[in-house]
Amino acid sequence: MSDNIKAATQEYATRLGDDAVVLGHRISEWVSRGPFLEEDIAYANVALDYIGRARMFYGYAAELANDGRTEDDFAYMRDDRQYQNLLLMEMPRGDFAYSQVRQLFIDIYYNLLLPELVNSKDDTLAAIAAKAIKETRYHLRRSRDWVLRLGDGTEESHHRAQAAVDSLWGYTHELFDMDETEKLLADNGIGVDTTQLREAWLKHVSAILSEATLSVPEDGWAVRGGRIGYHTENLGHVLTEMQFVHRSYPGCQW
Amino acid sequence: MSTEQQLSRQEQQFMDKIKAEEKIEPKDWMPEKYRKNLIRQISQHAHSEVIGMQPEGNFLTRAPSLRRKAILLSKIQDEAGHGLYLYSAAETLGITREELIEALQSGQAKYASIFNYPALTWADMGAIGWLVDGAAIVNQVSLQRTSYGPYSRGMIRICKEESFHQRQGYDIMLSLVNGSPEQKAMAQDALNRFYWPALMMFGPHDSESAHSAKSMEWKIKRETNDDLRQKFIDQTASQIEFLGLEHPDKDLKWNEERGHYDSGEIDWEEFQNVINGNGHCNRQRLEHHIKAHEEGAWVREALAAYNAKKQANKSEAA
Ligand SMILES: [Fe+2]
Ligand SMILES: [Fe+2]
Ligand SMILES: [Fe+2]
Repeated sequence: MSDNIKAATQEYATRLGDDAVVLGHRISEWVSRGPFLEEDIAYANVALDYIGRARMFYGYAAELANDGRTEDDFAYMRDDRQYQNLLLMEMPRGDFAYSQVRQLFIDIYYNLLLPELVNSKDDTLAAIAAKAIKETRYHLRRSRDWVLRLGDGTEESHHRAQAAVDSLWGYTHELFDMDETEKLLADNGIGVDTTQLREAWLKHVSAILSEATLSVPEDGWAVRGGRIGYHTENLGHVLTEMQFVHRSYPGCQW
Repeated sequence: MSTEQQLSRQEQQFMDKIKAEEKIEPKDWMPEKYRKNLIRQISQHAHSEVIGMQPEGNFLTRAPSLRRKAILLSKIQDEAGHGLYLYSAAETLGITREELIEALQSGQAKYASIFNYPALTWADMGAIGWLVDGAAIVNQVSLQRTSYGPYSRGMIRICKEESFHQRQGYDIMLSLVNGSPEQKAMAQDALNRFYWPALMMFGPHDSESAHSAKSMEWKIKRETNDDLRQKFIDQTASQIEFLGLEHPDKDLKWNEERGHYDSGEIDWEEFQNVINGNGHCNRQRLEHHIKAHEEGAWVREALAAYNAKKQANKSEAA
């Protein structure tokens, strides 16, 4: 692996790890707060999948970095300007509709991205993707079912679901942006060209929203910056909470 | 034959089964008090699993490593599963989950008072897994032989997972005592705060226990509070020693003659105090549960409305 490809792959793995750990954090906030016990179980389960994913991506980033850092150094010892997760991941937990709509957007995204990443020339990324696909299929079944139920449930649930779609839409555009790092990897058959996924994503999302009697927002509003560490104010608080114990006892094993 | 004779014959058959160690199943005749007693115990157990998610959930977002975070998530997921499984077992006795939750939220039904103690540091995740799940296992192993079939089978299934939890909790403690002086102090502090409340989990002394005698006769309970507590004290003593921590019970002493540890007296006043609502988290735990339940009301309504629409569409199509 050439040095620049290696550096780019490390950054890519770190980004995907950041996405997973931040979303996993948000989902874990639901545990013991779901609308009924089965949902607490489901939330714990999905959060666990994402934390597992973060560990795999960070573990690989650490392996490539080969400078003594571990998965935990990536998760716990970087600040918000260094984190490169998509903004959508860090948005607050919100109400149940907000979390399920966010999950639907992300699940459809990963359902398109992971089957591409499975073909990566990088064996480790391909292996992580293969494992994650199965989880994501299950996640999508759940988020899709819930968006249908909420959209086509009661008047209140419909309003809440539509409000969630409207207030999250602006954060979906950067899911399909590519910077130099990702272009280099896509050109070399290692990373996924996400610009190619938007059309299929929009089609899939629109079909589900329309079945749920929800409307697809107009494009135009788009917030960007996650991949360059330009975050909303939410991430700082996520990291403050997540990193507190780890950073309070420097250099300790847990 | 008079109703009375019939009743006593049913009771006789019921007691014969109990004596023969046969399981009572949901469709079998059972005395009303047996049913009530079981509902009380199983639902209390279910509520404990559910409320117990809160103190550990309190550290999900702060777990100091990703590996520990994953293990904690998985444990809490298990506990929720235990709650679900136990609610189902209680439902076989002719009560609904809604009624059970209503009883929890109104304060009519209880949950284990141990969860009214606050989880303050990461070491508490170790102490809870090790001591709280540990005490629960001692009790639940004995309940595997309980006379009610669905409860007994539930316990067999649940015990396997609980012993994982205990080992994982102990493993957290091991990491801490082998770590920095601050980590070791954190472990000692957690042990000091959770040891006595864990002993109280077995309930009052046999002589003081309100429900014990009948529960033993019906083989709902298989061993007495004090016997179970003794087992726990005995097994925990060597575990504390292995960790190199100071034992919180200064009066603990091996009694060669009994083959057990003698121990100091539990502060029953504190036990009653916390049970009666003066623990740090009594109100918080219930308010948390009620808040989540109320915030979820519109979701449950949406689910019901959606299902009703689908049902209506189906019957229209048919
Ligand atoms: Fe449990
Ligand atoms: Fe438990
Ligand atoms: Fe447990």
